Amino acid sequence: MGVIDRGIRSIFLAELVSGMALTLRYFFRQKVTLNYPYEKGPLSPRFRGEHALRRYPNGEERCFACKLCEAVCPAQAITIEAEPRDDGSRRTTRYDIDMVKCIYCGFCQEACPVDAIVEGPNFEFATETREELLYDKEKLLTNGDRWETELAARLEMTAPYR
Amino acid sequence: MIIQGLAFYMFAAITVAAGVMVISARNPVHSVLFLILAFFNSAGLFVLMGAEFLAMILVVVYVGAVAVLFMFVVMMLDISLAEMRAGFLQYLPLGAMIGFVLVMELGIIGGSWVIADNVDKNFVAPIVAMKTTNTEALGNMLYTHYVYYFQAAGMILLVAMIGAIVLTHRKRPDARKQNIGDQVSRHPSDTLEIKKVSSGSGV
Amino acid sequence: MVEFWWTYIWPVIWILLQILAIVVPLLVGVAYLTYAERKVIAAMHLRRGPNVVGVYGLLQPIADGMKLFFKETVIPSGANRIVFVMAPMITFSLALVAWAVIPLGDGLVVADINVGILYLFAISSLGVYGVLMAGWASNSKYAFLGALRSAAQMVSYEISMGFIIITVLIVAGSLNLSDIVNAQKESVWFIIPLFPMAVIFFISTLAETNRHPFDLPEAEAELVAGYFVEYSSMTFALFFLGEYANMILMAGMTTILFFGGWLPPFDIAPFNWLPGPIWFIIKMCMLLFIFLWVRATFPRYRYDQLMRLGWKVFLPISLAAVVIVGGVVLAFDISPLANAAASK
Repeated sequence: MGVIDRGIRSIFLAELVSGMALTLRYFFRQKVTLNYPYEKGPLSPRFRGEHALRRYPNGEERCFACKLCEAVCPAQAITIEAEPRDDGSRRTTRYDIDMVKCIYCGFCQEACPVDAIVEGPNFEFATETREELLYDKEKLLTNGDRWETELAARLEMTAPYR
Repeated sequence: MIIQGLAFYMFAAITVAAGVMVISARNPVHSVLFLILAFFNSAGLFVLMGAEFLAMILVVVYVGAVAVLFMFVVMMLDISLAEMRAGFLQYLPLGAMIGFVLVMELGIIGGSWVIADNVDKNFVAPIVAMKTTNTEALGNMLYTHYVYYFQAAGMILLVAMIGAIVLTHRKRPDARKQNIGDQVSRHPSDTLEIKKVSSGSGV
Repeated sequence: MVEFWWTYIWPVIWILLQILAIVVPLLVGVAYLTYAERKVIAAMHLRRGPNVVGVYGLLQPIADGMKLFFKETVIPSGANRIVFVMAPMITFSLALVAWAVIPLGDGLVVADINVGILYLFAISSLGVYGVLMAGWASNSKYAFLGALRSAAQMVSYEISMGFIIITVLIVAGSLNLSDIVNAQKESVWFIIPLFPMAVIFFISTLAETNRHPFDLPEAEAELVAGYFVEYSSMTFALFFLGEYANMILMAGMTTILFFGGWLPPFDIAPFNWLPGPIWFIIKMCMLLFIFLWVRATFPRYRYDQLMRLGWKVFLPISLAAVVIVGGVVLAFDISPLANAAASK
């Protein structure tokens, strides 16, 4: 590239113009972002989102208060208290997860021997107050009931690899 | 005319008040801001006199450039006012003398107005009679009648500018400077060599 | 009483109405310029931009405005309170005041003063005070650095802008903005004979309004947000509005000086059906689009490069332009001023 060529190019701001032409081409191109609240990206069946406590098909809750999840939780977000129920079976009286502490590592669901506590696919559980993120047993069980079909399907899909 | 009168007294009062504040404000930055206010209102007075070109030039040059530099300096300096006020009284005689001279001169100008009552015709802006914009009038005067003075003033400013640069500029041989022309004219092929390297053989 | 009404009260009301007729659309324009900026830049980044609040996100600027309006104004404890609060007001009101002399159409102007272009130039040179006062009064080093940068930048680019305006004045033969546009009606748009100056002028306006790629004063990578770091809620909003109003003003100025103001591109049938103000707004929108387009394209200048461009490139070129344009006008005897004097 000779001096004259270069001089002409810089006088006519050739590089600036070609840069702007590039951005103008992009201006008319198809967008690559998802239209988020209306479109969503695919989620892996192993995605670790909001927690849920599951039940057996007969309606009995799965958790029998072995407290393995409480022990394994690295953020110490889980608190469990247990007492024998009237029929003699061992069940939790309290199962709290502090979602503010939780780091979504998934150790609780790994530790659970009966697949009671699981992390579901839901990640849109933002709240207006901090208190709403301190989940208790009732909230977790309702989550389980609401997401049960999907939770079961996800467990089945990941089962061969566990 | 009433509105013009009101506007005049407003501009004049603010100019004087701002002028007083310039010398009495405790904070030097406030002083500069009041100075700007004074400039601005003087520009308003110029507009009232029909000298809109001068008014705009006052704003562009004094407010837009000179006062910005003042502001720069004052903001950067850490001026302690207590120290500056320390020797305040010993300059009082000198200050009072200058002030007295200025007041006398003002008195003479005002007095001539009263004594020779036809002299005020000379103060009337001549543009009104010339039926041209005052930009044109100024240009006609400046570039014909006063062209040598104008050029001389320009030369003096140029010399002052070059002098300031010469006095403050120092050559620093160890300073590394960017040569943008060289950088831009460098082409990848001058410095880069692309080699195909098959894996395991090294370069 | 009736005479008093017609000579004093009515003109005041009439002027106030004119001011409202300019300021209200201007503020709406500013609001939607922020929206346009987000949309245009998003499109160039292959993103979508705001699209949730209202149809196509059209209510987004209003939502943003409401948010800023209801937030708390925080004044830092070390700040100089009066100057701190005055700075955004100055920036904002200067951006509005300048519109008094902009002719939107033939005779559609609040104040058709003889030195319109100088007035615009003066007002735009005052803009630096809002910035300096904000930076100094915030009592914060980031704000102060941003203010110093901005002031130095605006003062340096004003010079080359001034010289380019002079070239236009030589060709147009008047300082009155309406006359400048009318001079383009008789000849051609000044972009054609003065194309290089138009380019330099446009780049200088980018620097003058602290826009990309010259947004050093608010370089967020170094100075957080520059001179308005400490500002919140409405005080911040006033800065924001002022900055965008200045962009619109500069686009308007470029339109008048180089793109024939309210004139249609060709004075023939399909073009001159549209009224003048519409043409004016269309041209301004095109220029504002370039403002946004440039922001999406170029990286930020380094500060010494910015100063080099202003003083070592633009200043000599624009000085030479004054000499060359003046010489050409004189040599070919095409000065509109001399011709007007001769025809008298």
